[in-house]
Amino acid sequence: MTIIQTDKIRRLERIAWELRKDVVRMFAHSGTGHFGGSLSCAEIVACLYFDVLQIDPKNPKWDGRDRFIISKGHSCPTVYAALARLGFFPDSWLDEFEDTGAPLTMHPDMHKIPGIEASTGALGHGLSIGLGMAQAAKMDGKEHRVYVLLGDAELQEGSVWEAIMAAASFQLTNLIAIVDRNTQGVDGPTEELIPLEPLGDRWRTFGWEPREIDAHSLPEILDGLAWAKEAKESPRVLICRGTKGKGVSFMENNPAWHSARPTHEEIQLAFQEIEEALGRLQ
Amino acid sequence: MVELQEVAMKEFRESFVEALMDLAAKNRNIIAITPDLMGPMGLAPFAKRFPDQFFNIGIAEQNGVGFAAGLALEGKIPFVVTFSTFTTGRAFEQIRVDVAYMNTNVKIVGMAAGLTGGLTGSTHMGIEELATMRALPNMTVVAPADANSTAAAVAAIVDYQGPVYLRLGRPADPIIYPEDTEFVIGRAFELRQGDDVALIGVGPSVYQCLVAADNLAKEGINCRVLDVATIKPLDEEAIVACARETKGIVTVEEHSILGGLGGAVSEVVAGRHPCRVERVGLRDVWPPAGDMNDLRRIMKVDAPAIEEAVRSVLGR
Repeated sequence: MTIIQTDKIRRLERIAWELRKDVVRMFAHSGTGHFGGSLSCAEIVACLYFDVLQIDPKNPKWDGRDRFIISKGHSCPTVYAALARLGFFPDSWLDEFEDTGAPLTMHPDMHKIPGIEASTGALGHGLSIGLGMAQAAKMDGKEHRVYVLLGDAELQEGSVWEAIMAAASFQLTNLIAIVDRNTQGVDGPTEELIPLEPLGDRWRTFGWEPREIDAHSLPEILDGLAWAKEAKESPRVLICRGTKGKGVSFMENNPAWHSARPTHEEIQLAFQEIEEALGRLQ
Repeated sequence: MVELQEVAMKEFRESFVEALMDLAAKNRNIIAITPDLMGPMGLAPFAKRFPDQFFNIGIAEQNGVGFAAGLALEGKIPFVVTFSTFTTGRAFEQIRVDVAYMNTNVKIVGMAAGLTGGLTGSTHMGIEELATMRALPNMTVVAPADANSTAAAVAAIVDYQGPVYLRLGRPADPIIYPEDTEFVIGRAFELRQGDDVALIGVGPSVYQCLVAADNLAKEGINCRVLDVATIKPLDEEAIVACARETKGIVTVEEHSILGGLGGAVSEVVAGRHPCRVERVGLRDVWPPAGDMNDLRRIMKVDAPAIEEAVRSVLGR
């Protein structure tokens, strides 16, 4: 794909790295965090929240809003960073991440955080909830869409495939699935545990139209989301192939950083690498 | 003794579906979901009359419950209807997180619970789900005693905003309540006065309590009979009154004696007015498969077993 460096792409790319910086900021505060999956979905979250989703930070429950569910709930810090940046809640909340009783928790609580649609964390739930939301929208003739971001290892849960089959059967073209295919579970590569490939073919045979894209290419994500919105009969899924821990060299593709407790030096190094990336975008 | 044949009988299932159809005609947000059990759950008439309010989700209970939660988040009132164990067992985590934790307005209907599962055997019979469902914060647990109170309970559950587990029998069981009976979630119903021993029953066991009370009256023992109807929130005042005003309590349920009605009543009286509690129910065993009424006799959750427990409480 020819990458056209439009202003929008540059803006979103910058936001993705700013989200990464906020993720590290939150984990620096809490002392621990799910680095791998939070960093791998930064571009996806940036495109969704800063270009695609029709949402209103001043009215988080606006009926006409697009719904977004982060089914891989442990990666919610990236979403928190986006929500704060958009003004759903004060930026200062990020500095209270995981404080006892504070709203921003390791796994998101829809009753405490404006903009969070479902309380996820237990894997294999989000697509079914999105299925219900999308079916309700269809029944009521509403135009909004339901986006669900899944982890790739989460697809080892059988319940996800129940939802995949039902969505195809119900022809829910207003339901868009996005898979963060960072190739790693908690204990290592999915292909060395219970393999998921050929992943696109699996979705296709279950009745979806898949498109495989680069999880860190803003143009590919934007094009992919635009394509997914034009689903005609079958729902569409974007399989976003990327790098777990993207953006911090020593975290990339290293299962030890799925969830980890970094040292002060490691935090500083992470900030430094992210700042350097932001510098290159100037 | 009142013979079963002498009393009017009606299916819980039939009554449930009739009530749901009446309500669904008035409230288009009411949705019925079943995992490939439309026929056995008696939902075929519902599906025919309300095709837009009915979803056969296939044999996929986890997705069925998550789907229901998504519908509920958008203002629908979904009822997920199947055998009691299939949702409360197979989809426990979806009920726990998507329904109870997220506090969504989903109604889980566990049909053919307890020994009413009869020939289906222990794979299908919920004998532990009162314990698991009532342990979930936000969950309301309702178990009507007959077909007529089932109809009234369904109306009350639609009006109630929040997660509900509705435990039902399936086959025909004796009618206790009049057709126009009222059901108030959280209120127990005193069906017979008496100050010797209180029989606290739930579901079809309430009828067994009434039969036992009739028989014991002939011996000069006056039993109070309380249909708790709502396991959670429990009508604590009615239970404490039993503890205060009688010589002891016998709880009766087609459920394990661990953690269900017997557990719930014991928790209340232990904290507020300690008294003797005899628990009639399944004594930590898997029931065999068989005819429902045979099983009630074999598993000792019938009127004679209740009478024996009452005599034990009275030291006779």
